[in-house]
Amino acid sequence: MAPETLVQLETRRLSALFNRNVIVREVSLPFPRHTVTAIIGPSGCGKSTFLRCLNRMHELSEGGWATGQVLLDGHDIYGGSLEAVDVRRQVGMVFQRPTPFPTMSIYDNVAAGLRVNGRIPHKQMDEIVERALKQAALWDEVKDRLKGSAVALSGGQQQRLCVARAVAPAPEVLLLDEPTAALDPAGTQRIEELCTELKKRYTIVIVTHNMQQAARVSDFTAFFYMGRLVEVGATQQMFTKPNDPQTEAYITGRFG
Amino acid sequence: MSIRVATRRIKSGFFTGLVVCLCFLAVLPLFLIFADLVHKGASSINWDFFVKIPVAAGQSGGGVSNAIVGTIIIVMIACAVGIPIGIGTGLYLAEYGIGKLGWFVRFLADVLNGTPSIVVGIFAWTWFVKPVHHFSALAGGVALALLMVPMLARTTEEMLRLVPNSLREAALALGYPRWRTSLSVMARVALSGIVTGSLVGVARVAGETAPLLFTALGNINFDTNIKEPMQTLSLQIFTYATGPFEDWHRLAWASALVLMSLVLALALAARWATRKRYGT
Repeated sequence: MAPETLVQLETRRLSALFNRNVIVREVSLPFPRHTVTAIIGPSGCGKSTFLRCLNRMHELSEGGWATGQVLLDGHDIYGGSLEAVDVRRQVGMVFQRPTPFPTMSIYDNVAAGLRVNGRIPHKQMDEIVERALKQAALWDEVKDRLKGSAVALSGGQQQRLCVARAVAPAPEVLLLDEPTAALDPAGTQRIEELCTELKKRYTIVIVTHNMQQAARVSDFTAFFYMGRLVEVGATQQMFTKPNDPQTEAYITGRFG
Repeated sequence: MSIRVATRRIKSGFFTGLVVCLCFLAVLPLFLIFADLVHKGASSINWDFFVKIPVAAGQSGGGVSNAIVGTIIIVMIACAVGIPIGIGTGLYLAEYGIGKLGWFVRFLADVLNGTPSIVVGIFAWTWFVKPVHHFSALAGGVALALLMVPMLARTTEEMLRLVPNSLREAALALGYPRWRTSLSVMARVALSGIVTGSLVGVARVAGETAPLLFTALGNINFDTNIKEPMQTLSLQIFTYATGPFEDWHRLAWASALVLMSLVLALALAARWATRKRYGT
């Protein structure tokens, strides 16, 4: 693993619960700066819930709460010195299905996360929107219709729009929750290429049930099973010679 | 086998026929009422009807301009008071209304929704007329607003619940505070539904009579002062239809036709507003 100073985000004995049901059990996992970490595991293993703890989205679900620590640049996001709203501005998120705001134009969708922080001069906003759309590899396709409807875009374009919306406020961490689950192979490929590009600027955590995807895009892979972190390591090592028999069984497709 | 198929078809045909008949029965009164109103009221509608005020009892001629204007003013007061409170309550119920308080507010709204309008009228009289010893259009408007609030609250909540939760999460994940999520994402998506709900609410209270009997009272003169008693179409119909003069009855029919047309126009406007709803 990378040296301690390079760790941007880290969970320490993080548990996530719904009322009294423990979904994620005492997971300690570091996320080194500017790397992609894939979280894999069978359905219901708690990987999405774990991800939602990293930007305090989990507590918004009815009965959802978490214990333990999540350190973002050394500060515990559950520690009380940070507001959930501020945490979410520093930790962007893209969901399974594209979620563009249907009442807003393409431009306004990208600008949405910035406008909530206060007024930004038009010219500066134009630049930020352009940069975000370029980072999401969507600029060339939409530059002539920025004022057009966001829901008129294809599914893959909508998902890249959501990536642009998430990166526009310049977060430090980007959480991707099965971002290609609703996309066709071409759209999937674009998002995967994006991961590699985006990790130059952001620390990325991606939840996926597609192991080829994990192998292609990630530097580190963490395997979750029944709410526990079974094993974490460099992706190549995880996929070639995992230490844990459960990991091996899952990766070779014997269960899940 | 073929007998079973035949029986099944007969049963199916019978029930299809039955529901078609029941549907017809359900909408028949609307057509009968409207036809009757046109038949008996249309002949009395002329220019004078819209621009003149009522003449002294027993004389012929005159109009109900005061009632038409009064209806519009009182409904506007009801909107000004009722729409913000109703929609605000709906936003609260949809966004925060999961705990005991939410349940309680929802329950109260449902009870208030089922409260007879005459009871609401007495309530408005007790609080807004009796203390100042004066009937007023304002009290009438507030009484109508009281009827609108629970309706609007529930419709607004329903409309917001139709918006996919994923949009709510997307906004929250961007760092939107909950109130901003509610207002600038959810409410905007549900806007056409909320507008429709408001229009339906307005249409319903526009024809109310009972709550206005003890509040706006009625007025035979043209008066736009909201601190004074005011005439409305519904009150006009009540007075004229129960009066002894043939001319009054004529005007009552005509007023009913105008009121009905207003409500119908609002309902059509509501349809028009839903035309491009999210997701369709």
